[in-house]
Amino acid sequence: MAQIELRQVEKKFGESFAVKPLDLTIQNGEFIVLLGPSGCGKTTTLRMISGLEAVTTGTILLDGRDVTWAHPSDRDIAFVFQFFALYSHMTARENIAFPLQAQRVPRAEISAKVAEVARMLRIEHILDSKPGSLSGGDQQRVALARALVRRPAAFLMDEPLGALDAEFREGMRAEIKQLHIRQEATTVYVTHDQIEAMAMGDRIVIMSKAQVQQVGTPHQVYHDPANLFVARFIGSPGMNLLNARYSDGKAILPGGSAVTVPGAYRAALDHALNDSDGAVIVGFRPEALRVNVTDGECSGVVYADDLHGGYSMLHLELADDVIIHGRMSRDTAHPIGETMVFDIDPAMMRFFHPKTELAIHINGGAA
Amino acid sequence: MSDIRLENITKRFGDHAALHEVSLQVKDREFFVLLGPTGAGKTTTLRVIAGLEKQDHGHVYFDGQMIDSFQPADRDVAFVFQQYSLYPNLSVYDNLAFPLRSPLRRTPEPTIKERVTAAAEILRISHLLDRKTARLSGGEMQRVSIGRAIVRKPRAFLMDEPLSNLDAKLRESLRVELKHIQKTQGSTSIFVTHDQIEALTMADRIAVLDDGVILQMGTPFDIYDRPATMFVATLVGTPRINLLNAHRHNGHLRIEKSPLEMPVPGDQMPERVTIGVRPEDVRVDSEGSFTGSVALIEPLGVETILHIQSGDQLLLSVIPGTSPIRLNEQVRFDFARDRLHYFDTNGRRL
Repeated sequence: MAQIELRQVEKKFGESFAVKPLDLTIQNGEFIVLLGPSGCGKTTTLRMISGLEAVTTGTILLDGRDVTWAHPSDRDIAFVFQFFALYSHMTARENIAFPLQAQRVPRAEISAKVAEVARMLRIEHILDSKPGSLSGGDQQRVALARALVRRPAAFLMDEPLGALDAEFREGMRAEIKQLHIRQEATTVYVTHDQIEAMAMGDRIVIMSKAQVQQVGTPHQVYHDPANLFVARFIGSPGMNLLNARYSDGKAILPGGSAVTVPGAYRAALDHALNDSDGAVIVGFRPEALRVNVTDGECSGVVYADDLHGGYSMLHLELADDVIIHGRMSRDTAHPIGETMVFDIDPAMMRFFHPKTELAIHINGGAA
Repeated sequence: MSDIRLENITKRFGDHAALHEVSLQVKDREFFVLLGPTGAGKTTTLRVIAGLEKQDHGHVYFDGQMIDSFQPADRDVAFVFQQYSLYPNLSVYDNLAFPLRSPLRRTPEPTIKERVTAAAEILRISHLLDRKTARLSGGEMQRVSIGRAIVRKPRAFLMDEPLSNLDAKLRESLRVELKHIQKTQGSTSIFVTHDQIEALTMADRIAVLDDGVILQMGTPFDIYDRPATMFVATLVGTPRINLLNAHRHNGHLRIEKSPLEMPVPGDQMPERVTIGVRPEDVRVDSEGSFTGSVALIEPLGVETILHIQSGDQLLLSVIPGTSPIRLNEQVRFDFARDRLHYFDTNGRRL
């Protein structure tokens, strides 16, 4: 169990920032996900927490203790990598027992602990196999068992599912989360997969270009993205974002449709957009698109229409190269080229400043 | 454009039958997807159609004409690969013009210009025509490779996982664009993928292959709503379909490792079956006939995945939006009874 605190932690390689000054408090027992595209600084952040990478400036506290310059082995943190890093000449059991042997734990205690963690991960039947004969999922379970068996204060995981097939990933994702629920060990988890982040994180730290873009719960980052990057990155597809022009309570979309701006936003837009001449970006999630409405405010032309299994997606072209995506029930089919009238659910409408790219909030203008 | 038919195609590599008696017909202007795991025979099928691989048995017909003896160059199909294989030192324009300038075709320059301009417009790469391809992004390069196929106006497009090297967001948007282009250009296309979402979203019809055999052929709705085997049922849909082993007992189907049971549907049900329930058909419902406790919640924003534990069975349920349900909460739930799938002990649909 541990609380991890980063205070103004930064990392520079030469003159360029790998991580810009970052403040973050990870609560005891929390599952926190560092999410972002490759090169955003998420793995460097994880490595600084572990001690594998030295900070350039800043302080790292573990339960209030300054560990900024402590050796990795003095931090009581277990690291799980994308690549399993198992010893191929040892059985699964010997691999799992290895960190305890290194700590000179008595033999009886070792076998009890290995048995316990094997039961938890349901790998009892493969304990005598060597890694080479195991599936990717089982190898990753053994690697997890080896991290868990030490009962460290915190787990750091760097894309542990990255090397697995899609079909395994969903299952392993749930297993890791369930393990976390049972153990309540503080976990910092790095991934570039937004679905994984949403499914697993108590909170998500979204990074891009060495900088934190937003820290929030899955609900917050999905419904109230702090900026355009988050709005695009979260969701599949991401938020629909349209360059619009605001005046007199309406936003004029590409193609000319005029959308009524919810009353609560008007004062904020008037205030925030006085330097942009009314230019604003209107955002809404695909499930906010309402078709089959009689007096819809907007219209678009069907670009494509496709089945995703339990639902369909309708793609509408509003103007040249401007396509929006709407999530629909499956029982509708729409021919390409048909003009459709639609509305945007006002409760799901969001607004962003075109220059700063920041969300405009109902109270207080630009964030 | 053209109609393509395979008749009982068998292809062996040594002792291994990569394709076994594969028959299919791709209609003119159809978007046909070959879906299956690695090693299923998808790419081999494509290569047999292109003439890059010679089948051991069976015939290939284009527009009713048997073309078994045709060389690849005479089959007039265009291949788009996962790797872009562009000429890095040539401009986008020259890459697009390249196939038309080949000695085989000797297309006049004005025609080339016309076709390149038109293809660039369709693919939204008109602004890149003067750029060297080495300086393009992955998505732009794949557009150019598709453009190079389009300018030839081939009988058919054969595409081998063209999107799989691109990142998730780009794949999503190119998927929609490719489908739009295919539908508006009316080009006969055969598209190979292992990604079920690509197959469902783009195809007019899908052939599911495994181990060199076609397991099922049909529209995306057919494949998703009436999977012919348990394998097909698990291959499409995410999260995966729930598969529950059950047996008959006193007029009921008892789901193993759980207190769940329901009346036996119909009178043809064998003693042992596997019930398939898609996660969106497991519905949390205060009137539902089943109970369980919520073991895990995965909030994905647009929807929430609930892991419901009933006895020792774990069921996935997908509900729209955000859920007020809490971890470990007891919930009542039910299946959409008209959307259940039943498989026999050999995994075949009943």
